[in-house]
Amino acid sequence: MESKTDNKPWVELGLTDYEYEMIKGILSREPNYVELGMFSVMWSEHCSYKNSRPVLKTFPTKGAQVLQGPGENAGVIDIGDGLAVAFKVESHNHPSAIEPYQGAATGVGGIIRDVFTMGARPIALLNSLRFGSLSSARSRYLFNGVVSGIAGYGNCIGIPTVGGEVYFHPSYEGNPIVNAMCVGILEHKDLAKGVASGVGNPVMVVGAKTGRDGICGASFASEELNEASEEKRPAVQVGDPFMEKLLMEACLELIKTGYVVGMQDMGAAGLTSSSCEMASKGDTGIEMDVALIPRREKGMNPYEIMLSESQERMLVVPMKGKEDQVKSIFKKWGLDAVVVGIVTDDGILRIKEGEKVVAEIPAKALTEMCPVFEREAKMPEQLAEIQKCNLGELPEPTNYQKTFLDLLARPTIASKEWVYEQYDYMVGINTVVRPGADAAVVRVKGTKKGIALTIDCNSRYVYLNPYVGGKIAVSEAARNLVCTGAKPLGVTDCINFGNPEKPEIFWQFKEAARGIGEACRALNTPVTGGNVSFYNETKGEAVFPTPTVGMVGLIDDIEKVCTLSFKNQDDLIYLLGENRDELGGSEFLVMYHGLEAGMPPDLDLEKETSLQECTLKLIKEDLINSAHDCSEGGLSVALAECCLAGGMGAQIRLEESTLRPSSLLFGETQSRIIISVSRENADKVKAMAQSHSLPITKLGVAQGKSLVINGNSFTINLTLNEIEARYKGAIPCLMKG
Amino acid sequence: MKFAVIVFPGSNCDADCFHVVKEVMGQEADYVWHQDQTFKAQYDCIVLPGGFSYGDYLRTGSIAKFSPIMIEVIKFATQGGLVLGICNGFQILTEAGLLPGALVRNKDLKFVCKDTFLKVENNETPFTLDYTQGQVIQVPVAHGEGAYVCDEATLEKLKANKQIVFRYSTSGGETSPECNFNGSSDNIAGIINEKGNVLGMMPHPERCAETVLGNDLGKHVFTSIVSWLKGGRRNGE
Repeated sequence: MESKTDNKPWVELGLTDYEYEMIKGILSREPNYVELGMFSVMWSEHCSYKNSRPVLKTFPTKGAQVLQGPGENAGVIDIGDGLAVAFKVESHNHPSAIEPYQGAATGVGGIIRDVFTMGARPIALLNSLRFGSLSSARSRYLFNGVVSGIAGYGNCIGIPTVGGEVYFHPSYEGNPIVNAMCVGILEHKDLAKGVASGVGNPVMVVGAKTGRDGICGASFASEELNEASEEKRPAVQVGDPFMEKLLMEACLELIKTGYVVGMQDMGAAGLTSSSCEMASKGDTGIEMDVALIPRREKGMNPYEIMLSESQERMLVVPMKGKEDQVKSIFKKWGLDAVVVGIVTDDGILRIKEGEKVVAEIPAKALTEMCPVFEREAKMPEQLAEIQKCNLGELPEPTNYQKTFLDLLARPTIASKEWVYEQYDYMVGINTVVRPGADAAVVRVKGTKKGIALTIDCNSRYVYLNPYVGGKIAVSEAARNLVCTGAKPLGVTDCINFGNPEKPEIFWQFKEAARGIGEACRALNTPVTGGNVSFYNETKGEAVFPTPTVGMVGLIDDIEKVCTLSFKNQDDLIYLLGENRDELGGSEFLVMYHGLEAGMPPDLDLEKETSLQECTLKLIKEDLINSAHDCSEGGLSVALAECCLAGGMGAQIRLEESTLRPSSLLFGETQSRIIISVSRENADKVKAMAQSHSLPITKLGVAQGKSLVINGNSFTINLTLNEIEARYKGAIPCLMKG
Repeated sequence: MKFAVIVFPGSNCDADCFHVVKEVMGQEADYVWHQDQTFKAQYDCIVLPGGFSYGDYLRTGSIAKFSPIMIEVIKFATQGGLVLGICNGFQILTEAGLLPGALVRNKDLKFVCKDTFLKVENNETPFTLDYTQGQVIQVPVAHGEGAYVCDEATLEKLKANKQIVFRYSTSGGETSPECNFNGSSDNIAGIINEKGNVLGMMPHPERCAETVLGNDLGKHVFTSIVSWLKGGRRNGE
């Protein structure tokens, strides 16, 4: 016993003494080093969700539209006419912090595989990115590298990157957030799953050869970053989008043959996770010989082979007797397809090297038997104080026009053109609404349908009140979709938080999940899957809690798609929803007053639902010409965005009533949509709003080439050129450093 | 009319070109695999689509020119058949020697995806006859290596022979240096060979051939081809 406590290889691999004892109990013996490595990756938070499972269970996951909920490579929802959408989001935060280009690129590669593994052809990518302040050289380096990496991978493979979001905040300085989302289209009959069934069926490794890259990446993803993290650079994989393009085409061709029993991406934890998860789901075992696995390096031992995270590989279980057909498809694309094992009936994942058994573990021990922790949750002590901060007495800005321009140039608010011009957002010729809008819209060829896509989260709101912030993340995502005329259908979420072993972090997570779950129920957008990324901390400091919400919606008739731009001279501009005195958590508050305090804007799910229902009806009945959600920067920024999108100005008159001008112009009250309406439809629009008990206020008229916003005590009067220069110029200017 | 869309490993605009030819134009189209030694049908026009053939490894288009089908493509072109190379297809055409010059990295070294304005400099080609001379069209680009370069003598020849078909311009048709976002010689966006049957262009006309995508001005590259073929006019004959 003495020597064991001095030398604990499992601790080195990220397992606790308690977990090691459990493993011994399961195996009734000491695990060997290969087995220990396999447990360490499968029982990491990244693969096992051991800290998050009890909370994730509270999400609504069912609905008539859900064909595949959580637990598969991607969620799948029905869009009618025998078609479905597969979609998922995943984080690649830690690899991107160490090696931004490859970290982000392989994040994209991984999520694409998750989608085509389901039998879906990927048609769109989105991403949600967060970095520290652009005044820091390191943040600029990470931002530049991550965007290039996403572009390098997505552009090459030929899947358009159609949307996303980028935020900047000092909490992400050392630990950026890189979430990639992929969306694919499939026919119901082609839905494939990651299951190994049919005893005697062959197990094949297809795609790229296995190398020594990314060993223990999943474990690396499940610990905090520190000075030594740089040394983990070898734990970051290297992506080859050309290889993935070939793999994707070959896999989709293979699925069409109907010979596939099960297929699983070799993502985190590589061969280990794909094999044990497939066997576990199929209530079977798998026996594999690592000596048969195509390798690109000499002298790799079983441990390295089983834990390698080399990219662009898949594990396929085809029907017995169809091995040659599988091989010939992959050969056409110049790829390996090798039988490495067989599906067995004993529930054991048995790894051999030639004749020698090198690991023998019940498949379910690696998956379902992982310990699950009910972590302690405690509200952070200082939070109540921060929430109570009195914002009522703050002085008003001295120059509203200057404040407005400054807000437009905040990197979080400013145009992200610098980012999305590096992405091919049109390849596939389906992109009907391009990046820079509320949500992207892609058409579904051969039908009248369109799919609207968005990914959203304001993490400052979540920090100030995780429950409300969670509700807002879901509601705003849905609102974005609704603004295009899409009915929201389902959610994929990516939880990016700090160390869940800290009660304050776990409390944030639990509360945010409560808000997300409640909003998903109210808006009928079940959670179909996602990803949890904990340990997003640097030197003990956590990032802002960031539960990004990816959402998919359906447009029945793509001809009716709605966009944000003011389109016609003399159209009337209205606000659906009401303005309230809510400056808490706003971008204005942090920019002008240097405060990240107060309560975030409130969110009433009943009001939100009526707003969304009303807007959808207005679009369906062709009563409005544009719709745009009010978010960061408030009403004034939203109006500017409507003007810039179509090059059409506006003359606006705001009635202050009891509201401070700063709240009215820059407050981020939720559940508000700006619409523009042809004069002849004005009465019908007002009647529709009233029938939904929805406040509707006339804001002004679309006209000219300037945006003029007048109130009793303020005037903003700027040409669109002046506004555009600040809005579009901000990020390129900062990146020149 | 029958079109062939060549599929190299890594082509990713093949399906887009196929869609426009078949669904938008209502013409016949086949995918032709890069490993094929011969054409299995008689084609009226060959399209080399955009993408990253062979991952753009080594140099864009440089490996694709060694694909077996390229021997057939070159034969087809020499006999006067119409060949349209878009983006990566243009890069392959220059690598294969069917068009002069080369495409190098954009001047700011970044991939650029956006709408550009093109001035139609020559509407007397099989690919542009449905445009008016000097017409300005909005067509998207998406490339990292799209700066067209060639030596002085070649540039003079291109000008003299009216081989410059498209140039980047302002919306008003001014071919000013400001709209030369990728740093091409003389704002060149697309050129044709001397015989007038092989066109290479960096912008993507297939991406703006349907109104649902916001703009269908690119369609006329394809309608021009069909008009030309219907007129029975084939260069070199």
